[in-house]
Amino acid sequence: MTDTLMEAPAPVDTRTPLLSVRGAKTYYGKIIALKGVDVDVHKGEIVTLIGANGAGKSTLMMTICGNPRAREGQILFEGQDITNMPTHEIARLRIAQSPEGRRIFPRMTVLENLQMGAALDNLAHFDQDVERMFTLFPRLKERIGQRGGTLSGGEQQMLAIARALMARPKLLMLDEPSLGLAPLIVKQIFDVIGELNRTEGLTVFLVEQNAYHALKLAHRGYVLVNGSVTMSGPGRELLEKPEIRAAYLEGGAH
Amino acid sequence: MTSDATVTKHGPDIPAAVKDAVLAGVIALGIFGPLVGLKTEQNMSNELVITTRWGLVAVIVGIVMAGRFLLTTFIWPTIAVRKQRDKAPPSAGRLAFLASFKKWFPSGSLVFLFLYPAIVVYLLGFQGSLKWVDNFGIQILIYVMLGWGLNIVVGLAGLLDLGYVAFYAVGAYSYALLATHFGLSFWLLLPMAGILAALWGIMLGFPVLRLRGDYLAIVTLAFGEIIRLVLINFRELTNGSAGISSIPKITFFGIWSFDVSAPNNFAKVWGLAMSSAYYKIFLYYLILLLALLTAFVTLRLRKLPIGRAWEALREDEIACRSLGINTTNTKLTAFALGAMFGGFAGSFFAARQGFVSPESFVFMESAVIVAIVVLGGMGSMIGVALAAVAMIGGTELLRELSFLKAVFGDNFDPDQFRMLFFGLAMVLIMIWRPRGFVSAREPTVFLTERKAISGSLVKEGHG
Repeated sequence: MTDTLMEAPAPVDTRTPLLSVRGAKTYYGKIIALKGVDVDVHKGEIVTLIGANGAGKSTLMMTICGNPRAREGQILFEGQDITNMPTHEIARLRIAQSPEGRRIFPRMTVLENLQMGAALDNLAHFDQDVERMFTLFPRLKERIGQRGGTLSGGEQQMLAIARALMARPKLLMLDEPSLGLAPLIVKQIFDVIGELNRTEGLTVFLVEQNAYHALKLAHRGYVLVNGSVTMSGPGRELLEKPEIRAAYLEGGAH
Repeated sequence: MTSDATVTKHGPDIPAAVKDAVLAGVIALGIFGPLVGLKTEQNMSNELVITTRWGLVAVIVGIVMAGRFLLTTFIWPTIAVRKQRDKAPPSAGRLAFLASFKKWFPSGSLVFLFLYPAIVVYLLGFQGSLKWVDNFGIQILIYVMLGWGLNIVVGLAGLLDLGYVAFYAVGAYSYALLATHFGLSFWLLLPMAGILAALWGIMLGFPVLRLRGDYLAIVTLAFGEIIRLVLINFRELTNGSAGISSIPKITFFGIWSFDVSAPNNFAKVWGLAMSSAYYKIFLYYLILLLALLTAFVTLRLRKLPIGRAWEALREDEIACRSLGINTTNTKLTAFALGAMFGGFAGSFFAARQGFVSPESFVFMESAVIVAIVVLGGMGSMIGVALAAVAMIGGTELLRELSFLKAVFGDNFDPDQFRMLFFGLAMVLIMIWRPRGFVSAREPTVFLTERKAISGSLVKEGHG
């Protein structure tokens, strides 16, 4: 499935980026986590950010959401400066996030979790969207009345993605969706992301440790090292670079 | 001296149990003999005299022996049998009984609550009903209402508020001051007290928005104390520790009064014998309706976006924000609504007592209300009501401990043991039901029949 994607990527509008991070510097107290990062995500694109632990991948994703805020630089979404907006207002621009560690609501049922995802729309097309989620993730349908906390890790990840999709996002940001999941489940989740991108033109910004799968799926990729982008380019090209293979794919390439 | 020693297949081993009990008695004698049996007292000429209390020691040793005997012959075997039984899956009949109990319990208890004064009056007459309607009925219902109000903040929104009594105080003093100074009626001041308390809730809410868990608990605790200290020290307004007395009674919507001297006194109008029972019964129904209003509003809100946002906030604040929920507003509405119901209850409290002083709003009150919410099971309405009945009804029942005087002698003060029993009961409940009486959470949405059918439709068009 991913191979067909690479041969025929979805059409990408490259004129003005949907999301544009310009020289973002983020600090935790006095410690600098992002040392001026530039990242562009165009409409209809899957962009992957890879990097080692502590490189600042999640920080970049959180900075886009305004928590913590970038102390310097600019973050533009559809040309609008969102650098200093509060997190919930950013989410209202239809930037949906499936955060690191899934963060589903453990005591609420699967259906209620999905309802929370649609909180912005006041449930206008709730039924329709729930059906769509169940088509994408049939497993969730079996678990519909079950509490989120009782789901398996893979199901929780599916729920987190479905919950983010319930907001009908213009930009979907996924933070390590493959974390702690079996390869088969990872493949399922990546297949769904690829399918959504191809069929609906969904724009995805993906942060991953699983560099092989992520770069294979992505139109373009960025490599983050110690808070700076050291490399960028089409996903397939990055995959073939020896330094990437050495650093991120040691034994991971099949 | 282990429990299995006396648990055999053919029933308890009596001789071994007797031996065990005697041994426990000897130990008790060794401990309590010198501690309780001997007492030094000062006589008139300032000399220490030893007085002995062997009777009391005998009673204590007797209790220990009997307790030990019961424990080994009866209680431990029963627990062992129950443990065996719990391992087996519950039978179908038991499940059906539990299901129907769950279905009928809320409406059944509601009917009982509405009939309660009538039953008590029928059984004990008007005069005899006073204690049962007032001390048990009204007192418990006030705490049910407070519990349900705090349940919004603690149970639903997950914000641990240890200063809830502050809003209760705001409501009580709003009514007390405005009614005594301006002669405004209860029915006007009830919503006003609620609004004022809600404003204080927002005022507390703003500084603590960024806090959670322990830190929030400390700040709210301090807030409760600040309100109480202001009430004590702002003498010009609140009359300090002396409190405000002769707060007017509630009228029956202005039609009938319950003042003895008023021309439109309820008993006079209806030609009944004078009794304070009518007023108490009226108050009972009033607080019942106020409590039900709290429950109704909470149950409705749970199904609205704001209620869902509260519950989501309790689960995960960061996830909430990433889903576009304004956590500031969500927290503030929880604080304001919880405080509003506290204010309602407070103004009712002031009218019922006819007197308010800062004494009524000590930290202990907040702790009791939080305990009710936690023991009941965070977020469960029925559980909170049951916990209020157990905690408040229980402590009221413990006033009836005077029979212990027959055992421990006349200078024994059973009231001092109320808190001991209270604490013991809380520890036991937390051991048996660590998540509260009702720990299950009712989902707010279900998949209906219609949706289930449409769910079997295959793929729909994308794009």
